[in-house]
Amino acid sequence: MGAENVRKAPVLVTLGNPNTGKSTLFNALTGLKQKVGNFPGVTVEHVVGAMRLGERDVSVVDLPGTYSISAQSPDEIVAVDVLQGRVAEIGVPDAVLLIVDATNLRRNLFLASQVLEMELPVVVALNMTDLATTQGISIDVPGLAAALGVPVVPIVAAKSLGLGELKAALLDAIERGEPARLRLNAAIHEAARAFAAEMTAAGHPLRRPEAERILIDRGGFAEKRLLAATWPVLEERLATIRAGLAQGRDLATLEARDRYGWINQIVGRVEQRGPAPRNWGQFADRWLNHPVYGALLFLFAMAAVFQSVFAGAAPIMTAIDRGTRGLSAGVLARLEAGVLSSFLVDGVIAGVGSVVVFLPQILILFAFIILLEDSGYMSRAAFLVDRLMRWCGLSGQSFIPMLSSFACAVPGIMGTRVIGNYRDRLVTILAAPFMTCSARLPIYTLLISAFVPDHRYLGGLVNLQGLVLLAFYLLGIVGAVGTAFLINKTFLRGPPTRFLLEMPPYRLPNARSLVIKLVSRVKIFLKRAGTMIFGVAILVWALATFPRADISRDAARPTAHAATVQLEQSYLARVSRSVSPLFAPLGWDWKVTAAVLASFPAREVVIAVLGTLYAVENNQNAGPDATLISRMKEARRPDGTPMFSLPMALGLMMFYALCLQCVSTIAVMRRETNGWRWPAIAWSYMTALGYLGAFACYQLGTALGA
Amino acid sequence: MAVSLACLRPGQSGIVAGFDRVDELTQRLMHLGVIDGTPVEVVRCAPAGDPIEIRVMGYALSLRRSEAEAILIDEVR
Ligand SMILES: Nc1nc2c(ncn2[C@@H]2O[C@H](COP(=O)(O)OP(=O)(O)OP(=O)(O)O)[C@@H](O)[C@H]2O)c(=O)[nH]1
Repeated sequence: MGAENVRKAPVLVTLGNPNTGKSTLFNALTGLKQKVGNFPGVTVEHVVGAMRLGERDVSVVDLPGTYSISAQSPDEIVAVDVLQGRVAEIGVPDAVLLIVDATNLRRNLFLASQVLEMELPVVVALNMTDLATTQGISIDVPGLAAALGVPVVPIVAAKSLGLGELKAALLDAIERGEPARLRLNAAIHEAARAFAAEMTAAGHPLRRPEAERILIDRGGFAEKRLLAATWPVLEERLATIRAGLAQGRDLATLEARDRYGWINQIVGRVEQRGPAPRNWGQFADRWLNHPVYGALLFLFAMAAVFQSVFAGAAPIMTAIDRGTRGLSAGVLARLEAGVLSSFLVDGVIAGVGSVVVFLPQILILFAFIILLEDSGYMSRAAFLVDRLMRWCGLSGQSFIPMLSSFACAVPGIMGTRVIGNYRDRLVTILAAPFMTCSARLPIYTLLISAFVPDHRYLGGLVNLQGLVLLAFYLLGIVGAVGTAFLINKTFLRGPPTRFLLEMPPYRLPNARSLVIKLVSRVKIFLKRAGTMIFGVAILVWALATFPRADISRDAARPTAHAATVQLEQSYLARVSRSVSPLFAPLGWDWKVTAAVLASFPAREVVIAVLGTLYAVENNQNAGPDATLISRMKEARRPDGTPMFSLPMALGLMMFYALCLQCVSTIAVMRRETNGWRWPAIAWSYMTALGYLGAFACYQLGTALGA
Repeated sequence: MAVSLACLRPGQSGIVAGFDRVDELTQRLMHLGVIDGTPVEVVRCAPAGDPIEIRVMGYALSLRRSEAEAILIDEVR
């Protein structure tokens, strides 16, 4: 595409406080025509959607919810940058759609007062008007519009009410292009304008809105960015301007007072509060946020989530498994044995199947997380667990990403964006990969059912296999918590972090939003994980298949012997043999080593590789899993002892529990931390931990004669 | 005499009188509406007494005790 192409579609930017129904409105306006992007350099996600307004196609940029445009971190300056047209791929917005929650007019108007000063066309969508009515709040809409100087359209985003009027107002605003002109504090406004002109003349282009943030937010990110880009002597200049403006007071306090003074005046005029009916949300919080009952209910809710993730997904996973096996059988029946059928069955079908099989679990877990988030419960959960999480160096806000990581660390790490504090976010990112993701589950279940005895206690209520599985889940949590603790006590020490969190009122989640969010998260998962795991499966297949052994093609199927010969001289075997001495202290032979090495890009690949490697001697038509267990049990060392002893199997699980074998996680870590440093540290640390864990398990276990 | 918000027990309320410091935290609090003259109420505490939940301008906000210490309160009731 050329750089200077014809005038792009008009750009509309949506902005609003968190929990005002912003994504609900965005989804109602744009439907499924959405693309998730990242701003260059920072980890702020923006969603771009398309919408038709009259005869025009308009692209809509959804910014993360924010209470104010003053920025304390690189992520928070994004709103200012977008509104000023500093983000090249978006350009100067043609209009701003500001969402204001009618049930919380005062706080919402703070952001409005800042946006209205940015000299852009603005339309206010007054959302949640249904809730306002039931709460006995009535708002004089024309009065509000007159006070703000921009159109105000009452809507109910969840029911798509008022969207027609909203679109008409937006179209009108884009076509007329008349900017809002609020000016609360003329002195600050003037000073900012002069300072911007001064900097621009000195060769550092600056616009007034950003200059204003630089002056007011002392120590804020806009100031830091300017000082880094220019010269530190500027500090004196800034101090002079500030002193002149503030006259002994604090500029930030001055700004807040100005704005809330203006707001109180408006709200006093346009809002009437009748007697509020009983507030069910506050009543519910007496239980849900109660230090004792709330904590118990929280535990119960989490148990229910896990139960349904595993129990609910199991039948679908079995069905998918059966489907892929049926498919393989069909291919084997129709195609002559050879490289092609082997490629299709062992490479393509096994590879794709191993990804798709996790989808049900991920879908269920995501659905729960989205429901808990949209209903407002997640903030309560963060409130309840903050103390506990902080004790181990995390914060209550780390809870949601950690929970997601039980399905997959990739969305978990992406979810750390809700954590405002960079250090907290980093600690959470480094701890998240320890959580037992669903890709670890297959190797656990395989090894446990093969090598842990099926002892039952308490009359069959508790069984040893289940206990071992639970122990490995706990090991994951201990690994995460221990790592966070360690990091906090060593190289990431710093000032105490912050927790400030709104407890939004409970709201009924919206079905359309649920589906749209679910689809977009699943897409991300399938794309990231799918391409990766698929690619690795094919690569492993190729390494195990080439170079071809010189086997006479007299049989219709390659015999077990031929398969053995083939494998023994493949590239995979050659490479693994050369490094297997390194892993001998863990009790691994070259086959296990090969399987482990092959699963570094994606840990669940290990099952497929073990399947291929141990698919010898027995007849080929038996069901893959059932016989993989028996084949592994029969595998012998040269001295005749079983290859897989209990300590060795437990050690192998230990390795999988602690090691960072997931390229998608590494990639997302790199993106979220903007560099290779943290992924490299995490990878080395976790690999070392995995090795030590497996070593200790095998050596101790063997010494104890287990 | 103003006291810190952290001293209030659940159920008690008062009027914000200001802050004992000026920093990014207090700026953020002001933007959220915790500003002099605004009534606040301590609603409840989480397990182990921290963080606490307060009501301000008709909505609920949770913050840690260490953060609540920065907020000065008058007319405690
Ligand atoms: N009653 C009512 N509920 C609504 C309305 N609009 C949205 N909701 C609900 O409010 C909750 C929050 O909506 P979201 O769209 O997720 O809010 P958001 O502003 O995008 O929140 P963040 O994603 O956290 O920034 C959801 O449960 C919605 O179903 C409305 O007009 N009326």
